[in-house]
Amino acid sequence: MSVIKQPSRRAFLRGSAAVAAGAAGPVAAADSARRPDPLITELQDWTSYTGAGVDETPYGLPIPFESDVIRRNVEWLTASPIASVNFTPLHALDGTITPQGCAFERHHSGAIMLRKEDYRLMINGLVDRPLVFTYEDIERFPRENHVYFCECAANTGMEWAGAQLNGVQFTHGMIHNMEYTGVPLRLLLREAGARTDDNLWLYAEGADASSNGRSIPMAKAVDDCLVAFKANGEALRMEHGYPVRLVVPGWEGNMWVKWLRRIEIVDTAVESREETSKYTDVYEDGIARKWTWVMDAKSVITSPSPQRPVRHGPGPMVISGLAWSGHGRIARVDVSGDGGITWQTARLGKQGDTKALTRFYLDTVWDGAPMLLQARAIDETGYVQPAKDRLREKRGKNAVYHNNCIQTWYLNSDGLAENVEVS
Amino acid sequence: MLKYPSLPASAVGRVALIAGGACALAALEYNAGLAEAAMDAGRIPQARLAPAAAGPVAAPVPRFGGPLGIGRPALEEEIAAWDVDILPDGRGLPPGKGAVFTGETIFADKCASCHGDFGEGVDNWPVLAGGFDTLADEDPVKTVGSYWPHLSTVWDYISRSMPFGEAGTLTADETYAIVAYILYSNDMVDGDFVLSHENLADFEMYNRNGFVIDDRAVLEYGDWRADPCMSGCKETVEVTMRSVFLVNTPEEGGSESVMNRATIEGLPVFSANGPSFIPDARPGTGAVAAAATEESGEESTEDKADRLARDGERVFRKCRACHRVGPGAGNASGPHLNGLMGRVMGSVEGFNYSGGFRAAREQGRVWDETSLEAFLTSPGEFMKGTKMSFSGLGKKGEQEAIRAYLGRFREE
Repeated sequence: MSVIKQPSRRAFLRGSAAVAAGAAGPVAAADSARRPDPLITELQDWTSYTGAGVDETPYGLPIPFESDVIRRNVEWLTASPIASVNFTPLHALDGTITPQGCAFERHHSGAIMLRKEDYRLMINGLVDRPLVFTYEDIERFPRENHVYFCECAANTGMEWAGAQLNGVQFTHGMIHNMEYTGVPLRLLLREAGARTDDNLWLYAEGADASSNGRSIPMAKAVDDCLVAFKANGEALRMEHGYPVRLVVPGWEGNMWVKWLRRIEIVDTAVESREETSKYTDVYEDGIARKWTWVMDAKSVITSPSPQRPVRHGPGPMVISGLAWSGHGRIARVDVSGDGGITWQTARLGKQGDTKALTRFYLDTVWDGAPMLLQARAIDETGYVQPAKDRLREKRGKNAVYHNNCIQTWYLNSDGLAENVEVS
Repeated sequence: MLKYPSLPASAVGRVALIAGGACALAALEYNAGLAEAAMDAGRIPQARLAPAAAGPVAAPVPRFGGPLGIGRPALEEEIAAWDVDILPDGRGLPPGKGAVFTGETIFADKCASCHGDFGEGVDNWPVLAGGFDTLADEDPVKTVGSYWPHLSTVWDYISRSMPFGEAGTLTADETYAIVAYILYSNDMVDGDFVLSHENLADFEMYNRNGFVIDDRAVLEYGDWRADPCMSGCKETVEVTMRSVFLVNTPEEGGSESVMNRATIEGLPVFSANGPSFIPDARPGTGAVAAAATEESGEESTEDKADRLARDGERVFRKCRACHRVGPGAGNASGPHLNGLMGRVMGSVEGFNYSGGFRAAREQGRVWDETSLEAFLTSPGEFMKGTKMSFSGLGKKGEQEAIRAYLGRFREE
C-alpha cells in the first residue's frame, strides 16, 4: 500500500508499478540466494578469533564503521569556527535521544574548559541574600530528570530564501534532545530569597567570553527552567556547557546559557546583544519582532532524506522522522507523499514528553514512483505546522529565525532525495 | 534439527504468554529463571504489582518550601567583579568618558582587523556601520547604526566580550571611546563628540522604535490552530525550486557544498487526478552532486572553466583573510589580486612589499602559471623573505582552480 490512496488514474499507474515491482522483487531475492552466501557458509574471522578485551576503550566510542555519523559544519556560514555552529546528523539517528557526542554545537566565543573545582554560580540583584554556589552545592539541591529538545532559533533559517542545502543535517540539524538532570531554577531563587513577581526578569549569563546573557521573564524562570549538570546520564560535554548549563524548555536554544555563572534578578529586560541585534526577526516592513522565545511546532522526515537515499528499491519502506513543539506534547504527525494533496497520519514511536522530540514512523510500501515527501506536526494545543508559503505570507523572506515550515523532499524513482520547494 | 515443533506443550504456552505481552513481569521472571513461579499467577507476590509506598512513585521536586542553607553570601567585591551588565536606562555604567578621536586610534588597533577601519566588516565579520534604510530590503544590513535599539547594549557587549580573543581587557574610558567612534562611523555624531556615563543613556538610537514584542499568538496562531486538510488539499503540486547547494560530506568532517545545476524541467507534476503524473520520471540533470561534475567526458570547455572557477572560489577562502579580489578590491594584509596573471611582481601601488618582491619588480619578473604555481606550492622557498605566512596549496587541483578563479578578475 502506497502512502497515497487516490481512486484515480494515478493510483492505477502506481498500482501497476507496484505489481511490476512486486513481481521483480522476490525474483531478485531468489537470484541472490541461488548461490550460498559465504558470510553464512564460511567460517568468518570474527566468529573464530577473539574480540577486543574489556577496557580496550575505557570510554566507548562508536565503532569505526559509523565514522560518518558526526556533526558537520558549513564553513562559509560564519567568519570563524569559534563563533559558529555545526549540525546534528539527524539522518543517521533513530529514536529520540541525541547522543552528546553528535549533538550540535553553537558557540559565540568558543567552548571553554571550566573545571568543577573552578565553577562558581552567583545569584544577585533583587534578592534578600546574594549567594555564591560551588558545583558541589548545586548537587545538594533536590533534582529532577526531564527530556527536552534544544533547538537553535536559526534552525532551518537558511531556507527562508528557498531550498538551500541538500541534507536534513543542514536544514534541521541545529537541534538535540537529551535527558537532563538538574535543579529546578526556582529552588536556587528561593535559596537566595529572590523576588519572583511576574513583572521581574531573570538575567542569566555564562562564564565564557561572549557571556551570552539573556533576560528570561520570571514566570518562565519559576515554571520549568532547570539548572542542569548531567545530560543522558553523564556529565555535560564541554561544548554543551560543562559543568552547568541552563535549560529553558521549549524556548530558543540561545537562552540555554552554557557555563552558567551568574543569575541576576532585575526589574527590566537587559536588552543584551543576544536579544536585540541577534535573535530578533526583521519582517518585510523593516519592523523587527523581539522576545520570540517559544519554538513553534515543527517536524521533518529524516529518512528518506538527501543523506539517506532509498537503496532497497520498491517494496516495504519505513518513512521516519522527528516532531517537536515548544508549546507542549506532540499530538499527531501527518505524512504526505504527494506534496500535500493527501495526508496520512503516522504512528508515534511512543508518546513523546512535553517539549521533547517525538519519533514518528509511516510503514509503507514504495512502488518506485517519485514522491514529494512532507511531514506536518500537530501539538497538544492544536497548533498545526504551517506550509512554507503560508509562513512566508505572514513573515516575508527576510527573517532569519523561527522557520518552522513544512519541509519537502523530492524522492525520485532511483530513491535519491533532494531538498525542494513546491507550489 | 528443527527445535520448535518438538517443544513440550507447556513450553509453547510459556512462549505464548510472553509473546502476548500479558504481563511484563512474567517475562522478567522467565528471564530470571523463575518461569515456573510466573506460570502460577497465584504465587506472584502482590507487593510486586503495586507501588511499594502509598505516595506516588515518580514525583517532581516540591514547588514550595524554605531555603536549605546551601551556598555562602556573595561578597561586595565579588558582585562588583561579575555584575557588570548595563541596563537600557544606563544603570550599571561606570564613570568615564571617551572621544571619537581617541576611539579611532583604539578601533584601528583592536577592532579593525575584523570590522574594517570604518566598521565596514572584513569577510563574514559583522558590519558595524551603515545600512540605514535597508531594513525593509530583501537583505537588510543590520548594523549598530541601522539596527541596534539601545546604546547601552553596545557598551555592555564591547566591555565584556570584545576584542574577540581578548575579552574584558578594555578600560571603561577605552570602551566609551570605541563606542563614540562607532557612532561617528555611522555619521550619528560629529568628530568632536565625547561619550560618557552622563550622556550615554540619553542617546537616541536610529532604530529605537523598530521592535515589537512577539505577536505570533495574535497574528499567526489563530490561523495555524485549525483542523488540517487530509485529502484533496491542492489541485496539483509541482517542484518550484531545487536545492541551491548539493552537499558532499568528506570523511574528515565539515561539508563541501557545490552549486546544484539541475533544473526543475521534467520533474513530475503531482495531482489528485493525475493526468500529468509520470510514474517513471527522472530529474533532467545531475540529481547527485558528483554526477554532474565527474562526467568529464561530456563536459564542454566552458563548463570546465566554470567549474574550475567555482572550485577556485572555494580554495580562495584560504587566501581571503589577507587578499581581496573583485570589483573595488584594495590592498589588505596582502596586495589585491585583480589582474594578477601577467602582472609584474611586487608592482601593486601602495603596498609595502618585502625586499624579495621589490627586487623582482626591478628585474621585471612577471606572474605566470609557472611562477604562481611555484610560489603557491612553497611561498618561502620561491621568494625568500616574503611576508606571506601561508603553508602553500598542496591538494590536487587546487592550483588549477585558483588560477581559473583569479583569471576572472582583470585589472580595473
